[in-house]
Amino acid sequence: MKRSSFAAPYGLWMLVFTVVPVFIIVFYAFAASGGVTLDNFRLFLEPEFVGILTFSLWLAFLCTLLCLLFGYPCALFLASRDMKRATMLVVLFVIPMWMNFLLRTYAWMTLLEDTGLINRFLEWIGIGRRRLMYTENAVLFGLVYNFLPFMIFPIYSVLVRSDRNLEEAAQDLGANSWLVFLRVTLPLSLPGVVSGVSMVFMPAVTTFVIPRLLGGGSFMMFGDLIENQFLTTGDWNFGSALSLIMMALIFISLGILHRFNPDAESNGAVW
Amino acid sequence: MLARRLRMTYLIVILTFLYAPIIVLIVYSFNAAETRAIWGGWSLKWYAELFRNKSIMDALSVTITVAVLATIASLILGTLAAIGIHSMRGGMRQVFIQVTNLPMMMPDIVTGISLMVLFIFAKVPRGYGTMLLAHITFDAPYVIFSILPRLRRMNKHLYEAALDLGATPSVALWKVIMPEIMPGMVTGALLAFTMSLDDFVISYFTSVRTANLSVLIYSMTRRKVPPTVNALSAIMFIVVLTLLLIQNLREVRAEKSKPKGVRSV
Repeated sequence: MKRSSFAAPYGLWMLVFTVVPVFIIVFYAFAASGGVTLDNFRLFLEPEFVGILTFSLWLAFLCTLLCLLFGYPCALFLASRDMKRATMLVVLFVIPMWMNFLLRTYAWMTLLEDTGLINRFLEWIGIGRRRLMYTENAVLFGLVYNFLPFMIFPIYSVLVRSDRNLEEAAQDLGANSWLVFLRVTLPLSLPGVVSGVSMVFMPAVTTFVIPRLLGGGSFMMFGDLIENQFLTTGDWNFGSALSLIMMALIFISLGILHRFNPDAESNGAVW
Repeated sequence: MLARRLRMTYLIVILTFLYAPIIVLIVYSFNAAETRAIWGGWSLKWYAELFRNKSIMDALSVTITVAVLATIASLILGTLAAIGIHSMRGGMRQVFIQVTNLPMMMPDIVTGISLMVLFIFAKVPRGYGTMLLAHITFDAPYVIFSILPRLRRMNKHLYEAALDLGATPSVALWKVIMPEIMPGMVTGALLAFTMSLDDFVISYFTSVRTANLSVLIYSMTRRKVPPTVNALSAIMFIVVLTLLLIQNLREVRAEKSKPKGVRSV
C-alpha cells in the first residue's frame, strides 16, 4: 500500500464537506430557471446593499485601526526585556480570549444598557444617562473588545523572538531610543502586524453576532445580510452570490496582506 | 524607552478594559435580586438553579461531547492525512494543501452556510450528528497543519533505517514516525478541541434541533437573559483560569529543566 493513500479518507471527507458545499453555493449564485444568470450579482449593486458592504468594511477598518493603536504598545511593552514576570502578564492577556465570545459580548451588554453600570455611574457624577447600546459605537466597541487580543499576540510573538542584538547595535551606533524603535523594532515587527491585521480585519468584516447583540439589529453588516438571506428571507440565490462576494473579498485581502509580509509562510495558516 | 512604571500602567489599563465586563458578570452572579438594576444582597441561588436548568446542562453536555468526539475523529483523519500528504509530490500535494487551507481561510459564516445548504440538499435533518460532522471538518485542518511541520523536520533516514533493520512498514510507522509527530498531534488536538468548544457560527447553521452552549447563549441574549447565565460565565471563567494557570506552571517548570526557545502564542 502506498503511503500517500493514507490521505484518501481525508480527501474524500473534504470533497464531501468542503468542496461540494462550495460548489452548491456557486451553483445557487449563478443558477436561474433554466440557465446561467448574473442577476444575483446585479442585485447586489443596488445602493442599499453596496451601502451595507461599505459600512461593514468601514467598521472593520476602524476596528483594525483601533486594535493596532491600542494593541501595538501592549505587545511592545510585554516584549520589553526589563519586564518582570512577563509570562504571567501574557497569560493574563490570554485568559479573556478563552471565555466564550458570546458571554463576553453579553457582559458588555450588561454594562452598556440604559440601566447598566456605566450609565448609573454617569448619572451619579451628574452627566446623566446616555444611550450607549444599539449605537454604531457600541458595535465598534464590541468588535475592538473581542478582537484586541488577536492583534496583540502575533505582534508580541514576533517581537519577543526578534534578535535584540540588533537594537543594541543601533544604540551603540548612536541612535536614540525613538530612532531605534522607528528603524529597527518597528520594521522587525511588521510580519506580526500583518498577521494581526488579518486576524482582526477578517472576522470583523464577517461577524454577524456582535452587531446583532450590541447594535440590536439596527445596523446591518455584511454578515447579517447573508444570514438574513438564508434564514429569514429564504433567497438562497442572492445569499449565495453574497457569500461568493465575501469569499472573494477575504481572498483578495489575504493576497494583499501576503504581499506585505516579508517572510510569508507558504501554507497560509493564520496562526 | 518609556519608564517601566508608565508601561506597566498602560498594560494595567488595557487589562482592566479586558477584565471589567467579566468581573461585573461574576459579581452579578452572586446577586440575590432577579434583575441587574437592583442589588439584593449576596446569594448562591443562581448557582443552584444553574445545575437544575435542563437546557443549560444539556447544552453543556452537547458542547463537551461534540468537542471530544470531533477532536478524536479529526485527530485520526488528520494524522493519516498528514502522513499521506507528506509522502505526496507535485500537483496532488498542492491540491491537498489548498483544500486544507480552504476551510481555514473561508469566513465561518460561509463555511456554516455551505454546510447547511449541503445538509438541506441531502435531506439530512440538522441536529447533533450534522453539528459533529461540521466540527470534524473545520478541526481536521488544524491537526494537519500542526503535524506537517514535524514531518518536514524529521530525519527521513530514520524510517529507512528501521526498514533496513527489519521492521515492517507498519511497525516502522508506529515505532518511528508516530513518536516523532506526537507533539504535533497534541498541539493539533488541543487546537481542535478549543476551536470546537468555542464555535458558535458553524454550529448555529448546521444544527437546529440541538444547541451547544454558544447557540443557547445566543438564543438567550435575544430574549431576557436569566441570571443563571451569569453563574455559568463565572464557572466557565474559573475553569479556564485554572486550566491556563496549571498549563503555564507546567511550562515554566519544563523551561527550567531544559532551556528552550520562546513559545509562540
